[in-house]
Amino acid sequence: MDSILEMRGITKEFPGVKALDNVNMTVRRGEIRALVGENGAGKSTLMKVLSGVYPHGTYDGEILYNGKPMAFRGIPDSEHQGIVIIHQELALVPQMSIAENIFLGNEIAHRGVIDRQETNRRTAELLAKVGLRESPETKVGTLGMGKQQLVEIAKALSKKVDLLILDEPTSSLNENDSDALLRLLASFRDQGMTAILISHKLNEISQVCDSITVLRDGATVAHHEGMVPESQIIRDMVGRSMNDRYPPREPKIGEVVMQVKDWTVSDPSRDRLLVNNASFALKRGEVLGIAGLMGAGRTELAMSIFGRSMGDWKSGEVTIHGKPADLSTVPKAIAAGLAYVTEDRKSLGLVLDDTIRRNIPLANLPGVAPKGVIDRQKEGQVARDYRKQINIRSSSIDQATVNLSGGNQQKVVLAKWLFSGPEILILDEPTRGIDVGAKYEIYTIIRDLAAAGKSIIVISSEMPELLGITDRILVMNEGRLVGDMPTAEATQERIMSVIIKSGHNLTDETLTPEEIEAENAHV
Amino acid sequence: MSDISQEQRQGDTFGFIRRNIRQYGILFALIIIMAFFQIVTGGILFRPVNLTNLFLQNSHIVIMAVGMLLIIVAGHIDLSVGSVAAFVGALAALMIVRLGLPIPVVIVLSLAAGAIIGAIQGYWIAYWKIPSFIVTLAGMLVFRGLTMWVLQGQSIGPFPREFQMLSSGFIPDLFGPDKPNTLSLILGWGAACVILWLQIRNRRREEAVGIADEPFAFFAAKNALIFIALAWMSWALANFRGLPNVFIVMAVLVALYAFLSERTTIGRRIFAIGGNAKAAKLSGINSERVVFLTFVNMGMLAALAGMVVSARLNSATPKAGTGFELDVIAAVFIGGASMAGGVGTVIGAVVGAFIMGVMNNGMSILGIGIDYQQVIKGLVLMAAVIFDVSNKSKA
Repeated sequence: MDSILEMRGITKEFPGVKALDNVNMTVRRGEIRALVGENGAGKSTLMKVLSGVYPHGTYDGEILYNGKPMAFRGIPDSEHQGIVIIHQELALVPQMSIAENIFLGNEIAHRGVIDRQETNRRTAELLAKVGLRESPETKVGTLGMGKQQLVEIAKALSKKVDLLILDEPTSSLNENDSDALLRLLASFRDQGMTAILISHKLNEISQVCDSITVLRDGATVAHHEGMVPESQIIRDMVGRSMNDRYPPREPKIGEVVMQVKDWTVSDPSRDRLLVNNASFALKRGEVLGIAGLMGAGRTELAMSIFGRSMGDWKSGEVTIHGKPADLSTVPKAIAAGLAYVTEDRKSLGLVLDDTIRRNIPLANLPGVAPKGVIDRQKEGQVARDYRKQINIRSSSIDQATVNLSGGNQQKVVLAKWLFSGPEILILDEPTRGIDVGAKYEIYTIIRDLAAAGKSIIVISSEMPELLGITDRILVMNEGRLVGDMPTAEATQERIMSVIIKSGHNLTDETLTPEEIEAENAHV
Repeated sequence: MSDISQEQRQGDTFGFIRRNIRQYGILFALIIIMAFFQIVTGGILFRPVNLTNLFLQNSHIVIMAVGMLLIIVAGHIDLSVGSVAAFVGALAALMIVRLGLPIPVVIVLSLAAGAIIGAIQGYWIAYWKIPSFIVTLAGMLVFRGLTMWVLQGQSIGPFPREFQMLSSGFIPDLFGPDKPNTLSLILGWGAACVILWLQIRNRRREEAVGIADEPFAFFAAKNALIFIALAWMSWALANFRGLPNVFIVMAVLVALYAFLSERTTIGRRIFAIGGNAKAAKLSGINSERVVFLTFVNMGMLAALAGMVVSARLNSATPKAGTGFELDVIAAVFIGGASMAGGVGTVIGAVVGAFIMGVMNNGMSILGIGIDYQQVIKGLVLMAAVIFDVSNKSKA
């Protein structure tokens, strides 16, 4: 077998976490290999090892490329060998032209003076290869996501690529653009290129890939040649066992508290729906989970309900206790009894350089400041109470939150929102990046809040977590709610198959290119 | 639980110094600089007449620094304050000298004009998200130009005695004309006592709930120093001509803004916006309105400073206020504010203003040329910021 790449016994550790554990993967020359696994299974870490983002020496194991051992110290080393990676987040400068982006850092120049004609000529050739009919002078920022993705690929092609790695290339594309991209990838393979495709979308994988490697918890758990049933892949992906990592609870579920109807949100450039016609109800004392893959629109749904903090709201309404609720700004949403605990606590949840004491009252300053003057005794009391109640481990309430561990930072954010006195809490990835012990504490807080009659929405990418702590699970995919099941009847396989089946039949509700043109022309 | 944290706090004197080195460092620097000039000028610096001048000459910088501190903490900048001060000074001169309006009416109208100017700039910055650097750079040009236009290239003055009192007047002595000026002494010593009492009361409360962070020796030394400095200064000034009116204005503003920034919800919101704008917004803080208001406030303080300056010079001139913005911004940064926003104190900014003021004054007494003065002030600003950055990267 002529293999272009062999990764042997790759182990990569971060402080406290083994991200990759003895991973082996061999890729044949001229194939498209799919790399699949749940969020956090180690796919991106593995590709970062391969491309030199994590330099040689920071991991164990060896990489053989074209039969020779490699020791990449950085991305330039791997690119020099013809290994090019295209990340999920595009790395293009929107203000610069297509040509400038493609040759960024690699300019065609003589003595530092850029040869514009040659640059444009080469760009035109590359654009023809990827089938993008745009002038090389076009600013990248004016292109839609699909075309930007093609520019990224053209950029990769400009570097004499033998092994192309694509990390979730279609996650932000609509159906038409995804299809075009996959066809392009297949045509490259027919010309002899090798590719590794990281994807969650099993239908895409079966469309173009020749073989599949499944990662789970940092280890290779399966390898399949050719087509295998999706159910098999799903079993491989989620196959870990559930243990009792969740506090026991007895749900007491009451009347409907919040009802969301036909909620639709588009992204700011209006060429894609982030949330598409979502409707659901939330009951008193209920813990409602929202499952889905990254980019499914769960955060967008939550943040757009919470004061329209993300995307452009298009239609839909929310009723609370049967009455229409005005949630059009964050202060109004808070006044209506909502709280949103962000998935990104460092950049959206905390004023990091500030102390615990000063962070906690931020969403409810009047609560410590009758008449606008802060009562420091009261403020200190509130901070100390929460510190004790939910066990925020810190030297004192005057410790800056930047110095706390992830779990304790999360508790400070939770305390902030508990102090705002909400009736409905939306928790977005409440246990991301925190250790097992702290997770248990967060689960206990969630349980106690529900028992106290609060209604709670938990967005999580960890399915066992949803199965462990919720009463009901909504499944979201590509902006739509595609499943709604009592947790008692849910399994990881069932959720995963709902997601995958829903990915097959779209198109009718996404905008066609013509509609996008029309919308853009209108703006 | 509380035993442990108490213990940690006891052993944490060093940590406390490290955390607060900036605040103590800046005060310490002021003391060193004052001592230095007191010695090299042969005792001229602290003579009552010079001390009085020091306050008169720097009052406008202090007045604007408290507003600029809020702007910079919110993550913005205002380059227009010098021009706005000049423009409002010119307007005031026009209203007094040409139109003959009563002084109180002129003061109110001038402050309103400053607020409106601040509102216009703040509107574009807060609601249209146009960078404050650009908006206020434009404002700097526009209001300088308008100043020249209003004054037709000439100076307007002199002012009636009543208006001059705003900056060069001294508070009257209700207890007769003898020296020392008894009212000044009562006010100065009274303020020193009130400050001391407030500090002790606050310390007691903190101790009662076990959250006193500052080691007692520091607390005692700091407050003794402040008390003695205030008491001595009042005595010195009272033996000259009494407390200047503008000193009272300045002291009230500093107290008010220190309180506003540390103890009120609006102050807390300004710090949160500068510290993490996105988190503040998601916490339901109306960032646009808060930023808008800080610029309205800045415009008003610039207007007040403009009146103080023209009252002192006894005329409004087209060139008045040139370069004020840089002195004010320098004072705020020397005082420990961060360019990135979210960090800074009113007291720090005031101390920063006095560091600049004492250096100007001391170097002038020594007869050091304006060329060297500029170089030295520039180096002091740079040193203060380098100190901040290295301190932060070590922490």
